[in-house]
Amino acid sequence: MIYKETGQFKSTYESDHSIFPLIQDKIAFNILMLVAFLVVPFFIDSYWEKAILIPFLIYSMAAIGLNILTGYCGQVSLGTGGFMAVGAFATYKIMTFFPELNIMIIVLLSGVITAFVGILFGLPSLRIKGFYLAVATLASQFFIIWLFNKVPWFYNYSDTGQITVSERTMFGVAVTGANAPPYATYLFCLILVIILGFAAKNMIRSKIGRSWMAIRDMDIAAEIIGVPPLKTKLSAFAISSFYIGIAGSLYFAVYLGALEVTESFDIMAISFPVLFMIIIGGLGSMLGSFLGAAFIVLLPIFLKNVMVDLIGLSAVTAKHFEITIWGLLMVVFLILEPHGLARLWSIAKEKLRKWPFPY
Amino acid sequence: MSVELLNFIETVINGLMSGIMYSLVALGFVLIFKASGVFNFAQGVFALFAALTLVGFQTGQVPFSHLINELFGTNFHNWYPSLHSFFAIILTIITMIILAWLIEKLVLKHLVNQEPIILFMATIGLAFVLEGVGDLMWGSDVKVLDVGIPSGGSEWLEKTTIGWASEGSEYYGMYIDVLNVWATIIAVILVTALALFSQYTKTGRALRAVADDHQAALSVGISLRSIWVLVWAISGFIAMVAGIMWGTESGVQFSLSLIALKALPVLILGGFTSIPGAIIGGLLIGLGEKLAEIYIGGLLDIGAIENWFAYFMALVFLLFRPQGLFGDKIIERV
Repeated sequence: MIYKETGQFKSTYESDHSIFPLIQDKIAFNILMLVAFLVVPFFIDSYWEKAILIPFLIYSMAAIGLNILTGYCGQVSLGTGGFMAVGAFATYKIMTFFPELNIMIIVLLSGVITAFVGILFGLPSLRIKGFYLAVATLASQFFIIWLFNKVPWFYNYSDTGQITVSERTMFGVAVTGANAPPYATYLFCLILVIILGFAAKNMIRSKIGRSWMAIRDMDIAAEIIGVPPLKTKLSAFAISSFYIGIAGSLYFAVYLGALEVTESFDIMAISFPVLFMIIIGGLGSMLGSFLGAAFIVLLPIFLKNVMVDLIGLSAVTAKHFEITIWGLLMVVFLILEPHGLARLWSIAKEKLRKWPFPY
Repeated sequence: MSVELLNFIETVINGLMSGIMYSLVALGFVLIFKASGVFNFAQGVFALFAALTLVGFQTGQVPFSHLINELFGTNFHNWYPSLHSFFAIILTIITMIILAWLIEKLVLKHLVNQEPIILFMATIGLAFVLEGVGDLMWGSDVKVLDVGIPSGGSEWLEKTTIGWASEGSEYYGMYIDVLNVWATIIAVILVTALALFSQYTKTGRALRAVADDHQAALSVGISLRSIWVLVWAISGFIAMVAGIMWGTESGVQFSLSLIALKALPVLILGGFTSIPGAIIGGLLIGLGEKLAEIYIGGLLDIGAIENWFAYFMALVFLLFRPQGLFGDKIIERV
């Protein structure tokens, strides 16, 4: 009953090709947007901002980026942490070089720089595939982290090796730095995620996205029917790195404010969690990127509440439990639903079509 | 001989021996990949888990004692003060066999016919589970592992080589860790035993058959599942050996599981499917790393290039041979 498709006729190509072909989806999305823009900013406090909403938005961005590369183009990457670090350090360097530049432009420029770095590290993908490529992307991860650690130019010769954000404003309201109000940082991230999310969705539905999927499904066959592997793979690396770079830029400028590269962009801190997000959310699904990010942001908070506050375990033991449960969930998910939460949602939609009166 | 030459020889020997340590980890990867097509990311955590268990048995720790004490306010610590290393190793081997059986039963069985990337992700999950369970069982503090393998510099070698330098130059002899020598000996024994086992026993033949072709092996009546349990158990055993070696060197702690990351370049250099490849890849990586650290890193005045140099080497190599040194040639059909 709820998801009834009957009676929704499409009489133009435009309406047939719309992002949300069903009226129910459209309404749900619009309500979500209304809540996100008109309700949340008035009630957001710094706990919701720092613990849930901002990490969710930033991880969604990174997950979209990785999903483009791994989910749509089929190139497994373990170098997400490295690329996010590139975004963060690009932001830092641009900020120090151009103190007058608008923060939005800085963030986008950082994405562009990361895209170029991504192309550079994507070059091996033309020659190697599968696990060999996954290991090769690990090389970029280690190399980038090492570079930012060992070359003092990147952190402006500061003694601690930390990079710290300075205050930048949008329309007179601070967006970065310690004085930024929660609603400003939230809206800043939200707007970027929505614009770039739609951009990604449309890219995936157009020629470039179809050529990515062709390469993913069988690269030799794709080459034979005229999809250029060089251009396609490198464009996937570039665009994926652009998104990941922006995620890294926001992670540094808006979320953390100050960070140290080895700790913040470690393979265990970023690369694997983002990979879980797209696996748990759903490989090759936009919705999956968001669901996965939400899942991974909320799970530790939930577990911590249950184990430390409810049962009364010490923080260390709770952490060990958390690791175990993460692993268990991953294995269970892969066994029960290798296509992730997005598939569960589409199954639910099927059921909802007839619910509550299935015949 | 000049001091430079002696230093060079020392670096080469140390590099080759640390390469053996990498090979020990890579070996476990290769075995599992050959037999079941699974890229087992958990191999490093296997080593950590085995080492933790070994220490636990040696010192007679009560499993999950931290957890039980926290939950019920009790004060359990040890069953018994200590156990001889030999028995502890036997008990650890039994644990690893049970673990292999459990993994097959609970994870692999349900993931047959899935894409390799899904299996790979499952082993990452497995790595997390094992790490968490290992910490919960035995505690996460750094432990000292001592099974009686000598370690530290060899004085004999230092004394012998000190005379080799030309007269009047300052030279203090070569430094070679005895532990690495033992690791080399054990690795040689291990590989020989594996080779003999796979060449001359019936099970070994079945193992090779499965590695060659799953379906053909199934059709002549080889039980894939028992072979998988066997292979994972052997890998668990190799992980234990690696865990003992690495654990003796640097203590048993979480960072032990990161040796898996050290073994990956060895794998892509040697090829995922070749046991000699794992050994030679390890030697090359160990050698290249040590030489680069001293000669390139020293030249540029920036340290710690060890972290990525191995990957860099492997990558350059891949550009010329995408399947690694000894890997099976990749043939693709549409």
